[in-house]
Amino acid sequence: MQKFANPAVFLKLANAILPYLWLITAVLFALGLYGAFVTSPADYQQGESVRIMYIHVPASWIAMFAYALMAFASAIAIIFRHPLADAAAKTAAPIGAVFCFLALATGSIWGKPTWGTWWVWDARVTSMFILLLLYVGYIAIWQAIEEPHLAAAIARIVALVGSVILPVIKFSVDYWNTLHQASSIFKAGGPSIDPSMLWVLLVMVLAYTTLFLALHLVSLRTEIATRKLRSARLAEIRGN
Amino acid sequence: MISSATKALLWRDLTLARKQGDGLGAALGFILAVIVMVPIALGPDPILLQRLASGMMWLALLLAVLLTAERIFQSDFEDGSLDLMTMTNVPFELITLTKALAHWLTVSLPLALIAPPLALMLNVDSGTLPMLWLSMITGSLALSLLASLGGAIAAGLRRGGLLIAILILPLYIPVLIFGVATTTLMMGPQSAWPALLILLGITLLLLVVSPIACAAALRAYMR
Repeated sequence: MQKFANPAVFLKLANAILPYLWLITAVLFALGLYGAFVTSPADYQQGESVRIMYIHVPASWIAMFAYALMAFASAIAIIFRHPLADAAAKTAAPIGAVFCFLALATGSIWGKPTWGTWWVWDARVTSMFILLLLYVGYIAIWQAIEEPHLAAAIARIVALVGSVILPVIKFSVDYWNTLHQASSIFKAGGPSIDPSMLWVLLVMVLAYTTLFLALHLVSLRTEIATRKLRSARLAEIRGN
Repeated sequence: MISSATKALLWRDLTLARKQGDGLGAALGFILAVIVMVPIALGPDPILLQRLASGMMWLALLLAVLLTAERIFQSDFEDGSLDLMTMTNVPFELITLTKALAHWLTVSLPLALIAPPLALMLNVDSGTLPMLWLSMITGSLALSLLASLGGAIAAGLRRGGLLIAILILPLYIPVLIFGVATTTLMMGPQSAWPALLILLGITLLLLVVSPIACAAALRAYMR
């Protein structure tokens, strides 16, 4: 991993991977969306609105994945002083926040015909909403502190405290109230979802994951370029 | 040596709070405003108030503590006292913990202690009142620890108030849920103890996490 600490090496690798990653993402999305709209059946209770699941479930999975990545990168930044780890955490946050918002929005659109309401203070909805708030707080730190090294140091703490408290929040909200259906994929005795729906869902999860990785790499590349620009400007000012 | 230093720091903070007194005053005024405004806003129906009383008490306590979070480290950070404190042989985590405890003793705990008469004004069920009081006293320590975390994260910022609110409100949620759960459980057939014990567990977790995170954040600002 230390080999990729050098931004130049990382950029070379990212530029080599990105075209393939976009291609894989496009193919997976084409396959997944075809499955979602054409081959997969309508639900016997929910009707056609079950198709929202294929864009809702992967979005919420990426929202949680991005936070885990952010916390992991922050831990790496503290332990190994890896120069790219802070940038990785910083760039993962806005993408994760957007997926979190997407999960809430699609869930809300699905909830109107199915639960009969746009918003419910249900355990999962509430904990996703809190995750969104945690993302906003983390992004706000980067916005509020101008000095990048200081912002990075404070943001690491915010991300890590959030990752420690997040299970407690999740658990407390579960305890408090619940309506959202339980998991039907990762559970004892195998998935209870029909295979004709399951493969589409899994393809969509993969598609979202590769999309996230591609967006994250692009955003990291931009972040590295921004840093270079900043240090070049500073050098110029010092030179005069 | 270490214990006498932390004792001196605690004594200093308590004295400062007593002489200035604005932190507790503002928080107290806030709580009183909530307790007076709630029945006017929602109507004086005793049954409705009884249902909402414990939630309202918790909400008032939570937001009042949040109001004072910005002050916990700010003045010491600005006049350089914190820099001096890092130079002693006392672990800096212990210093941040002591300051959080001073905040608890001067703001959160007094607010929790005066809760019963205010709760009675909201027509709280007198059977659940002791449990509400106990849970507020327990939870007030957790609230102070979280407030100190917010204060430390925003110590070097000029307008940190909004940032503290965004960062700390999500972390307040478990405390609020289990704090209110103690009294709602008592109204049903279940025992309130599990919720109170979980609240205590969260407080103990924060007792470990919060001083370490506070110290890390303040060190970053002072570097």
